Order: sequence, then structure tokens, then C-alpha cells
Amino acid sequence: MLGEQIIKGMAVTARNFFGSYATKERLTTVQYPEERLPQKGNTRQFPFLVYDGDDAEKGLRCVACQICEKECPPKCIYIVKSKDKKPDYKGQPQIYPLTFDIDISVCMSCQICVEVCPFESIKMNTEFELSTADRFGSLLLTKEQLAKPNSYYQKIHPVDAAESDAVIAAEKAKAEAKAKAAAEAKAKADAEAKAKAAVATAPIMPPANPPTTT
Amino acid sequence: MTLALIITALVTVLAAATVMSLRNLVHCALAMAVAFSGVAALYLQLNAEFVGFAEILVYVGAIAILIVFAILLTRSGETPEKSVLTSGWLAGVAVSAMVFTLLGWAVLTSSALPKEIATAPAAPVKNIGDALMGKFVLPLEIVGLVLTAAMIGAVIIALKEDKKDNPGGQP
Amino acid sequence: MFDQLDQIFVTALHWLVSFVPEMLRPLVTPLICISFILAVFPAYFSIITIFERKGIGRIQNRYGPNRVGMPWPLNKIFNWSLAGFGQFIPDGLKMLTKEDIVPRAADKIVHFLAPVVMLIPVLLSYSVLPFGKNMTLADYDAGLLFFFAVGGAVEISVFMAGWSSRNKYSLLGAMRAIAQMVSYEIPLILSAVSVVMIVGSLKLTDIIAHQNHYTFGIAHWHVFTPWGFIGFVLFFIASLAESNRTPFDLPEAESEIIAGYFTEYSGFKFALFFLGEYLGMFAISGLGITLFLGGWTAPFSFLTWIPSWIWFFGKLTAIIFVFIWIRATLPRLRMDQLMNFAWKFMLPLALINMLVAGIWHYMAADWQRWLVCGALIAGAYVLLGRGLMQNQKLGKRIYRYAE
Repeated sequence: MLGEQIIKGMAVTARNFFGSYATKERLTTVQYPEERLPQKGNTRQFPFLVYDGDDAEKGLRCVACQICEKECPPKCIYIVKSKDKKPDYKGQPQIYPLTFDIDISVCMSCQICVEVCPFESIKMNTEFELSTADRFGSLLLTKEQLAKPNSYYQKIHPVDAAESDAVIAAEKAKAEAKAKAAAEAKAKADAEAKAKAAVATAPIMPPANPPTTT
Repeated sequence: MTLALIITALVTVLAAATVMSLRNLVHCALAMAVAFSGVAALYLQLNAEFVGFAEILVYVGAIAILIVFAILLTRSGETPEKSVLTSGWLAGVAVSAMVFTLLGWAVLTSSALPKEIATAPAAPVKNIGDALMGKFVLPLEIVGLVLTAAMIGAVIIALKEDKKDNPGGQP
Repeated sequence: MFDQLDQIFVTALHWLVSFVPEMLRPLVTPLICISFILAVFPAYFSIITIFERKGIGRIQNRYGPNRVGMPWPLNKIFNWSLAGFGQFIPDGLKMLTKEDIVPRAADKIVHFLAPVVMLIPVLLSYSVLPFGKNMTLADYDAGLLFFFAVGGAVEISVFMAGWSSRNKYSLLGAMRAIAQMVSYEIPLILSAVSVVMIVGSLKLTDIIAHQNHYTFGIAHWHVFTPWGFIGFVLFFIASLAESNRTPFDLPEAESEIIAGYFTEYSGFKFALFFLGEYLGMFAISGLGITLFLGGWTAPFSFLTWIPSWIWFFGKLTAIIFVFIWIRATLPRLRMDQLMNFAWKFMLPLALINMLVAGIWHYMAADWQRWLVCGALIAGAYVLLGRGLMQNQKLGKRIYRYAE
């Protein structure tokens, strides 16, 4: 009969209308900015620098190798190396960046800098509410603004942070093992030299120079 | 000759004059709608409610629309550049003034006019209905017949042609 | 006490007019009534636009506007949450402050006058509607005819708007709009004529008085009779089409023709068109309420203590909510489907409705006339419906590929 389907359709819409007051799930709107949708695991916005521990200066992982600066397609990274060195997480003195600027108005979030960094020091942040009223200055992030602790990284990307930490731990273990092997070898060489010296103290001839073992 | 009558009459006559003197045809049609409304206002002043409203309904609501549709569907191009008045317009004004005075004199001195102006009879809608169905039922039915013939004619003109009547496809 | 509340506006009017000398009273009384109409109905319009947006939003599984609160600086004093109902204030201000663009080739006078010519007949049509007991501005003998007469004058403004914009699409939209309005005026008027046949008068207060008795506690509204029910349905559908409202909003749909005949209007002129359209919707719903739903009378005899104007506005709001509901539910009709529906379904049904109203009038007042009239109407509806749906080939889609 004519009009039957219209009445059925209107019943469906009426159910929707009253249902939207009864159950909250019918309304799929997320009332930004009071409510936000949870972000997915591999969200990325702009890069940031990771530092271990509490001190952003001392714990910064970046060694100013400038690989990310060279690989960045729009060339938005600007690095100035330091003249002195500071020890890194493996205990070896490394240079550090005096200036590390990223222009996020140019950055296209391609993540190449993250992929090529050998030191797990530059990672992608998920913060997107970065709009400012200042057109030119505020979108150039400096080292102080970019440095964030490792705990922050673990919070925003738990899976990636776990992998990164595992890599760093492996490197550290390798370095320690190497150092321990070196120390053992050095100790052995020292002991040999000492034994040789003890044998050669009596004779008239001056002792030969012990071979250097470093 | 109350003020209302003077104003209404002026508006109607001016609108009617504008209909004839404007260049743009659609403007003329709209001015004619104004003239129709003026006539309806005159009817309303004479307490002829039904006729006044029927005038608006039929003339402004339907006939003016018909005229604008006719203009639009048969547009002859842009507005004419030359003046709307012909070269012998002065003679035309003289002739029409003479005819107007003649007719006016004939109407005003006619013996068919009543001796004194009676008060307007009350014409509630019920009386109109009774008259239409009683005394004037024959004209009503004949008008209905004429309208039916017009509608059938319109439908026949607009009807889709049968293929075998016109194999070539030309109208 | 409730009687006094019922007549509160009438007594207020008399009290106000008593300050004016005797000679000016016939001038001042209509002026006060007109200012009342001009104040109430645009305010009602603003609230209804909010209800429409929120209602359609809820039906479409989203919130409507729900943030606008009190305007500055009032929000410093009254920090109320209006839950979005203040939205009409910024909307109105936005329309007022927009730049008024007139196309260079447009016909300036006609372009300017079109919204004016739309609003004036619509506001005129409010003068015959009875908003409550003794609350009609102008109770003409031929009140119903007046309403339809000024309703017909709206088509001129549609044409003026479309033609003066010198825009092919506006003109096309205007032609379609006029064709639609003219086609749907006929079922509208014919369904009203069936009411006039039974009541015997064109006066709107007489039509309400005819519906103002109660049997078994239920009022004698025309919608409760077979011819009145179909008449109301026809009137309702035709009033949807007259106000260019979904599903008949092809002339002004945004995805079809941008905005049809008011494409070239911006700023306040657009606001006037919008206002005129909604006011026309209220006026024609008000007429439908007067003709079929008993005007200001209560449906049940134990509810007559509620003031009459509350009943009128309550019924008006209910009908407008059904308009909004239909807008959110139904898709748009195509032009040829629209015309088919008007001429091949609604017009025959309106004529048969008139016949049935005549039969109702002449049969004796008992159960047989209900049976006969109801059967006639139901049969006509089903047969005409079948006839309308015959050309549809609804089924699984068949694909034909090129060889």
C-alpha cells in the first residue's frame, strides 16, 4: 500500500531520536576538546629527542652525527656540533649538539630521521595541538623544546620504546662485554709484563722495553 | 471620494500606465500584478470581500504567473532599444482623450444609473453561494463546460504523440 | 481563573487601547495586534530553527548545536548554559553582518523587492488565523479565501527572485518552484473545500465552532472523520510542497541547484527569504490546525481548562516537529515524480474526498455513514496508490553488458 514504507521509515527515525536520549552509544560524536578519541599505537606527528635519566643535557642520546640532517627530505633539521665531548650511555665521550632545531612548519612527518638514526635518539612525538599565533618563530622548535625523557617515550609508544630500550641495553651489554674483555686482556698483559720484569731484574743488561700492549 | 479611494485609484492607474510604458516586458508584467492588486483593493473598499479576495487569488496568483511564463517561454531577445512610443503618439493621446470624454458623458448622463447612490448591499459569502446555485446555476454550468473544454484542449496539445501518427518525428 | 488566563491577551489589548482617545482606537487596535504577531512569530521561528537542527542531529546520531550560551557581556553576570538554544543570536547576527552582494547584471529593483514581496503576503496571511478564543486579528467572512489568495501571491516573489538574478540556474529553480507550488495548490484548496462543504461557511471562527463539541469526551475534530482524515493528510502533504520542504525541496536543495531561486541572495535578503519560508510553513500549519485539528479547542473535554492559545501553539509545535521528522527521514522527490504525485494521486483523491464529504453530509448521523465513507476512501486510496506504483520496476538490478 502506498505510504507503508514511509511510515516504517519514520518509525526507524523516531527510534533513533528517542534512543539517542536513552543510550549514549547511539550518539557517535566525540565532543572535542572535552573528549578525545584514544590515539592509535603508531600515530606520529613531529620528531623529538630522547634523553635518559632526569637531566636533559647530560642524558641526551643525540651525538650530533648529522645523519638525520642529511637524510631529511625537506631539510628541516639544523644541527650545530659542540666543541667538547661528554660521555654517552656507553661511557664513551661523544660530541653533543649545541643547537638542534626542527622547523615543524616544514617537517612532513616522513619518519626518515627516525629510521636512519643509529643512536635511538630521535623519535616521533604524537602531540598535534601545536598551533600558535606567532607565524614564524614559534614553529621552530629548539633542543630544549624537543628533548623529552625516555619515560615519556615509553608512555606514548610503549611497543617502540620497549624495542628501543632493548637495542640500547644490547649495545650497552656489548660495550660492557667488550670493555670487560679488554680489561681482562689488559690485566693479563700486565701480569705477563710483570712476570717478565721480575725475571729480568737480576741480569747486568738493562731490561728491554716491555712491549706496549694497549 | 475618500482619501483611501483616491490613493488606491492613483496606484491602479499609475501601475496600468507603467505597464504600457516600460521597456522590459517582465517589468510590465509585474506592474500589471500591481494594477490587479489595486483593483482588488478597490473591491475591498466597496465591501465586496469575496470578489476582492477572488481577484487576488485568480489574477495575481494565477494570471500574472501565466503571463510571466508566457513571456519567458517566448522570449524575443533583449529589451528594445528604441522608445516604446510610436512617432504619432500625440495624435493617439488626443483621440483617446476624446473617446474618454464621450464615453464619460454617455455613462454619467445615462438613464440606467440609479437616482441616488444606495448603500452597498451586504454580500456575505452565503448569499453569493445561494445565488450561484440558485438563480445563476445555468451560467455556472456553462462556464464549467467551457473550462473543461479548455483543459481537454490543453491536454491534447501537450499529449505525447503516437508513433504511428507521425513516423517522421516532426511536430 | 483559567478563563481569565485564556483571555489574558484580549484583556491586555483592551487595557492598552483604553489609554488612546476614542477616535484613534480603530487604528491602534490592529496596530497592537500586528506588533504582537510580528514579535511572537519571528521569535518562534528562531526557536524552531534550533529545534530543527538539534532534532535532525539526534535523528542522525549526532548532537545538534549544543554550545552557544549567553551573549557577552551577559555571560559575565548570568553564566547559564543554554545547551545550544542561543544559536539563533549568532546566526541572526551573521546574516545581518554579511556583505550584500548583488550580481552586476541583476535587475536591481526587482532583485531588491523579491524578498519584500515574499514576506508581505506571508505576514498578511497571519491576520486571519485564530490563535485562541476571540483572538483573531481580522475575522473576515471569506477568511479562508483570503488565506489562499495571499498564499498565491508568494509565487510572484519566487519568480521575481529567480528572474532578476540573471542566472540560468536561478531561473530554472524558480520555474520548478512555481510549477511545484501551482500544482500543489489544487489539492490544498480542494481538501480545504471539503471542510467548507460540511461547515457551510468560509469564516475560520465558524469552522472552529463547528469542531467545538464533545461526544464521549472526544472533540468533534474534523480529523477524526474519514473525509477529514484524508483531507488532513492531503493538506499536510500539500503544505509540505507549498513551503518547499523535504521531500519536495528540489527547487532549493543544496546538492541539486545550489539554492535555486535564491542563489544570488546573500546576507539579510537571504535571511528574509529563510524567514519568509518558515513563516509560510507556520501559517499554513496554522490553517491546517484550524481546518482539521480544531484550532484552539482541546481534544478531550476534561482538558478544556488549559488556555486556548496554549493549545494552538502546542498543536503548531507538534505539526512542526512532524515536518522536521519527515525532513530527516525522507529522500527528495524528483521533479517528474513530484508532478506525477500531485496530478495523478492527490488531485483524484481530493476530488473523491469532496464526494465522500458530500455523502457524509447527506447520510443520517449513525455508524453506517462511517462505514460507507471509510470504505470509499480506503478503496480510492488503495486503487490510486496501485496506479501510482505501477510504473516502478523494483527488483534485483539487471546488468546488460555490451557484446
